[in-house]
Amino acid sequence: MLRSSLDLELVSVTKRYGDAVAVDNVTHLFPAGSYVCLLGPSGCGKTTTLRMIAGHETVTDGAILLSGRDISHLPPAKRGTAMMFQSYALFPHMSVRDNVAFSLKMKGEDAASRNRKAGEMLELVGMGHLAARLPAQLSGGQQQRAALARALITRPQVLLLDEPLSALDPFLRLRVRGELKKLQRELGISFIHVTHGQDEALALADQVVLMNNAVIEQAGTARDVFLKPRTEFVARFMGGHNVLSLEGKRYSLRTDRTRIVAPHEGGMNAAVTTSEFLGTHVAVNAIGAGDTELTAMIPEELFTAAPVEPGQSIRVGWHPADLHPLNQ
Amino acid sequence: MRTNFRSWMLALPLTVVLALFLLLPMVMIFVVSFWGATEFSIYPAFQFDNYSYLFGSSVVWSVFASTLMYTIVTWVVTLVVGFTVAYFLAFHIRDTTTQMGLFLLCTIPFWTSNIIRMISWVPFLGRNGLANQALMGMGITDEPLEWLLFSDFSVILAFVHLYTLFMVVPIFNTMVRIDRSLIEAARDNGASGFQILTNVIIPLTKPGIMIGSIFVVALVMGDFITVRFMSGSQSANVGRLISNDIGLLQYPSAAATSVVLLVTVMIVISIMLRFVNIRKEL
Repeated sequence: MLRSSLDLELVSVTKRYGDAVAVDNVTHLFPAGSYVCLLGPSGCGKTTTLRMIAGHETVTDGAILLSGRDISHLPPAKRGTAMMFQSYALFPHMSVRDNVAFSLKMKGEDAASRNRKAGEMLELVGMGHLAARLPAQLSGGQQQRAALARALITRPQVLLLDEPLSALDPFLRLRVRGELKKLQRELGISFIHVTHGQDEALALADQVVLMNNAVIEQAGTARDVFLKPRTEFVARFMGGHNVLSLEGKRYSLRTDRTRIVAPHEGGMNAAVTTSEFLGTHVAVNAIGAGDTELTAMIPEELFTAAPVEPGQSIRVGWHPADLHPLNQ
Repeated sequence: MRTNFRSWMLALPLTVVLALFLLLPMVMIFVVSFWGATEFSIYPAFQFDNYSYLFGSSVVWSVFASTLMYTIVTWVVTLVVGFTVAYFLAFHIRDTTTQMGLFLLCTIPFWTSNIIRMISWVPFLGRNGLANQALMGMGITDEPLEWLLFSDFSVILAFVHLYTLFMVVPIFNTMVRIDRSLIEAARDNGASGFQILTNVIIPLTKPGIMIGSIFVVALVMGDFITVRFMSGSQSANVGRLISNDIGLLQYPSAAATSVVLLVTVMIVISIMLRFVNIRKEL
């Protein structure tokens, strides 16, 4: 990957709380101007990593570099980063305009100029008409935009988003997700987005960084991480994969490439446990040899043509090229 | 219609209690404040003698002025001390157990009575008390300081000692409810520690400050015993005026003073409520 002078780089970053290690010797390069999702289960260290980049958590060991400058010990506002908090953390006693203008007020800008700039920023996120409202008078999506405007007005090189979509309802989440991506492209700055939803990461990220147990398990483009999971954890966390043991080796197999085949064909015998109708597909869950849990995503029309019942014995098959070997 | 009747029945007990023990006594005080009195009797009347005496007497005016002075000074000192203690407890103590432990420590003085806490200052502040001996021992003064006891200083000291907790509790209560991410967000936006205090913490703590202030103002303005003990009967406030009248069986005059005091306190509190809407906190 091409390196630019504006990259954000973590060098052997470690965070310890007493004996507990929250982030263990993490080294990673976040290319400038990219949308990166820090993904992982709760407690994997992704939020701690984000907060260390933001400066809200001290770094026990290692360094954080932004544009070649060591920012690990700078105060949050001097780093060139801005953070959008999970619950948005809008000041409840201030209007949306004052919230957005807050950082300018702290720098001592006069009221007229900071209100003008805040107004412009609110226009950018489509909130110009709500500038006089208090945060409590806004919907979740509007609060999110106000928080976004407040973070962006500091002109950060890197915007840090801590589970920005988790407080929104599912429909809004899809819409806001699209808007975030669009905004990132327009602004051309880096977004680092912490999430535990792999669908969110796949949809948004130029680069997915999957963390587990305080270390990076796999990093790469969304396609790479999904199609070539390095370990069993990655395959299981990203979803849409079966994990099989064949001749002592572990393989991942996409559920939509897993098929129900005729009894004499290659594959594995299994007993159907449940089937779920998902609209376009039907998920057939089965238990195979050695208690292997298998899921086959069967296109709805194929399932309707040859339905299976729970308890039924089936043969599950695949194309050998679809087996992807996993690291042990 | 039935549910309506039931609602009325449910509201009835509290209404009766308030009417009997709050409204009725106040109405009686108000009525009696227009009565007349001689040295040995009181008689029903409707005259403004009590009020015209009150507003005409320079002594009464100066007593009201000193009551107001005690109130304002005590309010300022308890606010500064109370805010500082609450801030320390809420923001500097990370561990909840320590926080609650220290908070309970603040309440320990309340395990003894007001009077005992007040009187315990006397041997400490007196001419040959600990404070004077220590000051002279350290060579700070040559002779005992007279103003330490039986002065406005000792009155205000006792007030502050008695009532600071009433400031600490509500302020602490609103402070612990401030979302910590707000403070991080302020820091993320470049606010210094002092800017966070003035732009985020104080505005969000206002309701607690107001509730504490109402407690302190009402308590100090209505007090009569602290002023008597701690000033050695050399100063007076409105409470003492009323208690003296009662001692002399001058009930109509005492009632009139009470009405004026009540109105004064209500004016002060309504001015305070003008600034902050505490209802959303309750």
